[in-house]
Amino acid sequence: MATVVTQVKSKPSIIVLLQEVQERYGYLPREEVARCAQEAGISVAQAYGVASFYNFFKLSKPGKYPIRVCSGTACHVQGGQALLERLRSELGIEPGETTPDGLFSLETVACLGACSMSPAMVVGNDVYGRVTTREIPRILMKYRRKR
Amino acid sequence: MLETMQRAMPVLRPPRRATVTRPEFLVGAGTCGLAAGADKVIAVLEEELAARHANAAIKRVGCMGLCKWEVMVDVWLPRRPRLSFGPINEKNAKRLVHEYLDNGTVPGDLLLGVTPGFETPPAELSGISEDEWLTAPVQPGPDELPAPARLPLLRDHPMMRRQLRIVLRNCGLIDPESLDEYLEHGGYAGLERALNQLTPEQVIDEVTVSGLRGRGGAGFPTGKKWALARQAKGSPKYVICNADEGDPGAFMDRSVLEGDPFRVLEGMTIAAYAIGASQGFIYVRAEYPLAVERLRKAIETAREYGLLGENILGTGFSFDIDLKIGAGAFVCGEETALIASVEGRRGMPRPRPPYPAERGVFGCPTNINNVETYANIPDIVVRGGRWFASIGTEKSKGTKVFALSGKVRWSGLIEVPMGTTIRDIVFEIGGGIEGDRQFKAVQMGGPSGGCLPASQLDTPVDYDSLVAAGAIMGSGGMVVMDDTTCMVDVARFFLNFTREESCGQCTPCREGIARLYNLLEEITHRPNPQKSGGDRAALLGEIESLARVIRDTSLCGLGQTAPSPVLSTLRYFRDEYLTHAVDARCPAGRCSDLLTYSIDEALCQGCAQCARACPSGAITGEKGKKYQINPEVCLRCALCLRVCNFGAVKAV
Repeated sequence: MATVVTQVKSKPSIIVLLQEVQERYGYLPREEVARCAQEAGISVAQAYGVASFYNFFKLSKPGKYPIRVCSGTACHVQGGQALLERLRSELGIEPGETTPDGLFSLETVACLGACSMSPAMVVGNDVYGRVTTREIPRILMKYRRKR
Repeated sequence: MLETMQRAMPVLRPPRRATVTRPEFLVGAGTCGLAAGADKVIAVLEEELAARHANAAIKRVGCMGLCKWEVMVDVWLPRRPRLSFGPINEKNAKRLVHEYLDNGTVPGDLLLGVTPGFETPPAELSGISEDEWLTAPVQPGPDELPAPARLPLLRDHPMMRRQLRIVLRNCGLIDPESLDEYLEHGGYAGLERALNQLTPEQVIDEVTVSGLRGRGGAGFPTGKKWALARQAKGSPKYVICNADEGDPGAFMDRSVLEGDPFRVLEGMTIAAYAIGASQGFIYVRAEYPLAVERLRKAIETAREYGLLGENILGTGFSFDIDLKIGAGAFVCGEETALIASVEGRRGMPRPRPPYPAERGVFGCPTNINNVETYANIPDIVVRGGRWFASIGTEKSKGTKVFALSGKVRWSGLIEVPMGTTIRDIVFEIGGGIEGDRQFKAVQMGGPSGGCLPASQLDTPVDYDSLVAAGAIMGSGGMVVMDDTTCMVDVARFFLNFTREESCGQCTPCREGIARLYNLLEEITHRPNPQKSGGDRAALLGEIESLARVIRDTSLCGLGQTAPSPVLSTLRYFRDEYLTHAVDARCPAGRCSDLLTYSIDEALCQGCAQCARACPSGAITGEKGKKYQINPEVCLRCALCLRVCNFGAVKAV
């Protein structure tokens, strides 16, 4: 049994390697995934298999202000879907994409844990609770002005 | 094993503080408190205290669970009881400092009550009677009746008085990063007792007698699980804490990890002693950065104190814990998928048996429990299995933590004895429905659970009653819905979630859920004119039979339970499904394609926002005057509804 453990320990886990890369770059650049695959002793395809399996890993560069819209149950019941629709039409991008100017990226998250402030979203590091769709243009403007 | 073991060195336990020597401000700064603005409140407090050159401390504590009153700030002045205030914002934080710290007058409109656990006057302060201790000048708010001279107790608060807190006892009260404070509140007494007075078998006996069942949702008896792992041959053995809380609408585990991380470490250490493990892992979501941070610090501190690592408390027993950061895959809550992920692979479940107790991480015997399960262990060991078994119902013992949210007046994190009815939770603890609307359903157990209607409100929360009613205990998400919630839409919401989270390994789950989702899409959209009402009604039968096939043939818990939201809503809200399918109407006004849109002329300001947004040119009018929607041209996309700033667009 001990040999099994040493074997596993001698080759670093691809998940841990990819997490380190994402922490450094904010996403997984192609070359880095290839490097991680080599380090973990697996093929690049296998590394991408792991990277695309987990929601946490981003394959494209996020915007300067990533927007995360909560799609938890409480937010859904309180109209979170409408927020996402409005953001999609305001930004012209789909979840998982980044605006051409690189300012915003859009994604949905399972639960921000701010259920009492639903519907909720996070722009950059700022949490917005009880958001209404009509506030969205104003919120986005704040960040466009900051640039 | 025990014969060779030394008697444990006593843990240096600081005495329980009766009072403080300098003022303390304790700010609820869990993720939810931070979202409500805890950092801003802390900044204001720092500024105010610095301006006064006050010798006072500001501490960050976890979440007490009263979300409605976030940001919560406890103020503890020397020779005064500790008082909880909320909701505190940047503005009234100044007033709190001015009125209470400067003038000694309690701002009554901000006061929630004397902090639970700090009610009785400490013996050291003799000379102060209980009456005197709980009396203070209280300044009522502008519209309030004069407050009684005696301070209210927070445990009598309507949201608190029905609760019984074991797991959450320290949450919001102690500094989660201070092991000394955990020890001060009785921490590690369970581990001490286990190491000094009990053999591993006796620990397992206590847990078995307690009747504790897995709090992750499935409800497997914890004592039995431990016994299997103890008996399993092979070494090393592992202990894993499943903190991969992925249910949308659930934040119980996060709050415990953020508010009282040492409790979880202690529970795991006791489990390791009981089954004979020397290494543990906590599998925690990367989406919980604060919980990860707290755990990392807690593990380091526990090592420094000799409560983790080699030769714990000088007994010869060694155990250490490493963090494994999950990367966001709901299926990793399933134990065999979690094991795959801990080993660094894609989190794909495998058939059981063999169970993890025989073959788990790296092929070795492994015990996996959830955060809340481990958090119950210290108290069970200290106070005995019998004590724990005296709480709850015949087959469900102890308490359960719930994350109460949705259309309820007071959402929050609560802990109640098993057997409490859903009605008590929603209407007593939750204060009823927001805006006094009609209760429609409560969703329990997230994507694996079901919706219970008003007729099931008297169902007690215990594992078996909930299953009989069509829901599950689940990990503790409880989302309340009112008459504006469409049950078909809720079912579709959960299917969309499980459809995306399916690992894709087995066909019933991968293809079946996608097909089931499409069927729900079909009945929530306008019918194909070639289909008769009878054809559409028959869709319900198709939905039901497909849901059963997925339930009966999927490989793991994710697929087997994914149809539950559909089956339970079909069981209790069949009429609503029929109204969608046959009449093409959504009574709750949620399914945008089934609604008819119009503009209320009384509210229309003629701003033309809707006309500009309309992709089909269905909205006409003149700027400054009233606009109209032509229903013949309308695509029912609901964009006009969302862009209107005056609420003039109506959808029925």
